[in-house]
Amino acid sequence: MDLGLTALEAEAAWLSIKVSFAAIIIGLPLALGAAWMLTRLSFPGKWLFNALVHAPLVVPPVVIGYILLVVLSPGAPLGQFLSEVLGLEIAFSWKGAALASGVMAFPLMVRAIRISLEAIDRGLEDAARTLGAGPVDVFTSVTLPMITPGLLAAAILGFARALGEFGATITFVASIPGETRTLPLALYELAQTPGGEAGALRVALISLAIAIAALAASEFLARRFRGGAR
Amino acid sequence: MIRIAIKRQLGDFTLEADFQDEVGGLIALFGRSGSGKTSVINAISGLLTPDSGDIEIDGTKLFSSTDNTNLPPEKRRVGTVFQDGRLFPHLDVRRNLLYGAKRNGNGPFSLDAAVSLLELEPLLSRHPISLSGGEKQRVAIGRALMANPRILLMDEPLSALDGARKADILPAIEKLRDEAGIPIIYVSHAMEEVARLADTMVILDAGRVAAVGSVEDLTSRLDLRPLTGRYEAGSVLAVEVADVDRTMGLASLAFTGGRLTVAASGLEPGMSLKIRLRARDVAIARAPVEGISIQNQLPGTILEIAAVRDGGAQLEGPLVDVLIDVGAPLWARITRKSREALELMPGMPVTALVKTVAIDRASVGSFNRSGK
Repeated sequence: MDLGLTALEAEAAWLSIKVSFAAIIIGLPLALGAAWMLTRLSFPGKWLFNALVHAPLVVPPVVIGYILLVVLSPGAPLGQFLSEVLGLEIAFSWKGAALASGVMAFPLMVRAIRISLEAIDRGLEDAARTLGAGPVDVFTSVTLPMITPGLLAAAILGFARALGEFGATITFVASIPGETRTLPLALYELAQTPGGEAGALRVALISLAIAIAALAASEFLARRFRGGAR
Repeated sequence: MIRIAIKRQLGDFTLEADFQDEVGGLIALFGRSGSGKTSVINAISGLLTPDSGDIEIDGTKLFSSTDNTNLPPEKRRVGTVFQDGRLFPHLDVRRNLLYGAKRNGNGPFSLDAAVSLLELEPLLSRHPISLSGGEKQRVAIGRALMANPRILLMDEPLSALDGARKADILPAIEKLRDEAGIPIIYVSHAMEEVARLADTMVILDAGRVAAVGSVEDLTSRLDLRPLTGRYEAGSVLAVEVADVDRTMGLASLAFTGGRLTVAASGLEPGMSLKIRLRARDVAIARAPVEGISIQNQLPGTILEIAAVRDGGAQLEGPLVDVLIDVGAPLWARITRKSREALELMPGMPVTALVKTVAIDRASVGSFNRSGK
């Protein structure tokens, strides 16, 4: 498919979509777990857990990127463990970019899911128990279907945040063409280059197009979901 | 047999409920709001764990603190109809009905049986959001029934409905009581529902069982008046349709104290019924009265006279309740002034006057004693 993109633009666009998808595919289940823990459980140190989950919302992205670099660089113990034992090279790879985007998007996804979990009538879950459903069955047959709109909102919000991720990514995995140079990073580089203004504008428009396409897709899915529940 | 003996501390409130029932049929759990009715229901269904005690239904122990039995709700097979219906909004009516059946195995109620009993056919493919309150409760009853329950709990299932909707559902609950063969515990603070439906009545007050017995006995007990007569004082009579006068459209009901004439709509000779007479629909005369439209004149003797307390005030209120033995106990509510004018005293022979039109369809319940 020829969209009239230059090689650089196509590469950055494709990378951005790949990184953002990876970020929400891994981040969404974890965000669901965290949201569930925050709404349904009480445990010692819950306030600390809550603060950690929400940290990326208030800490400068560059700081988050730097922390990831310190903890996960090949020289650090955790980074060494990941690369030597699991064969997972995160630093300076697109996987690292996905991790940085995922971490930055995480609190937004948790909040969206948490709101819909809190809005559920717990009485419905009780009713399901009296009808013979065990706790896991109740979660999959009642809770999960009822928070589907919330999960969808979380996914879109997370995707949009990941698509725009800049500070944590550039600090953690730098800007390597074809590997970690996503659309915002490409835009930044073009804007810094003399005579690159036209290219920068094109990248900005591509980013806008992807974001609008994502929003349209979510509207479509949400409408389909609501149609099914009528 | 149903055996409940539980204790649970809920903040300042102590629930200490202890009752059993060997008769089967429908047990009404009656009490004002905050008396602990819903907590008892939740303890039986497993949604509330008692601090101590035993819960046993027809030989199956659901909870026992002595041997640490505590079945989780999903293993108890206690069908529960909640006050607010609690239908799953993401499933259509058919799939709501099948939810429990899929998990507990098929019981005596198939989808077809539940659909025909509760007239759910036109609703099957609709979603709960589009149902009226009465339709929702019918679906909720069907869903609980289809989950193969060993007992059915109904927690004020009609309280959110208006009078007409109530009248729609009550006959279905009566049919269920008489035909399904599943014991039912019915929670209510509405005496007219209890009078119509219950075989046995358990009165709860401030977390404790104040009395257990038949509705007829408990409503005539003076010591329970503050509990049974709070909203709408009245008496309950067990009667049988003796004969029906088609030309006048009237039926004659036989009870232990004689006959009562009522409008015949839907009544057939031989039917067993319970009727509820509101105390304010009963008047008192010193002797039989002539030249009056009231046909039901029941001779009797005054047993008790009780002041109606006026909103808890210490002052004597303007009304008194008079309990008359007409062969069965019958309450009459009159003014204190009338009582003084007629010089009514316990032991005095009087005539109780009941207007035929005071006994309407809503106060007549079918009652099938052969069902147990």
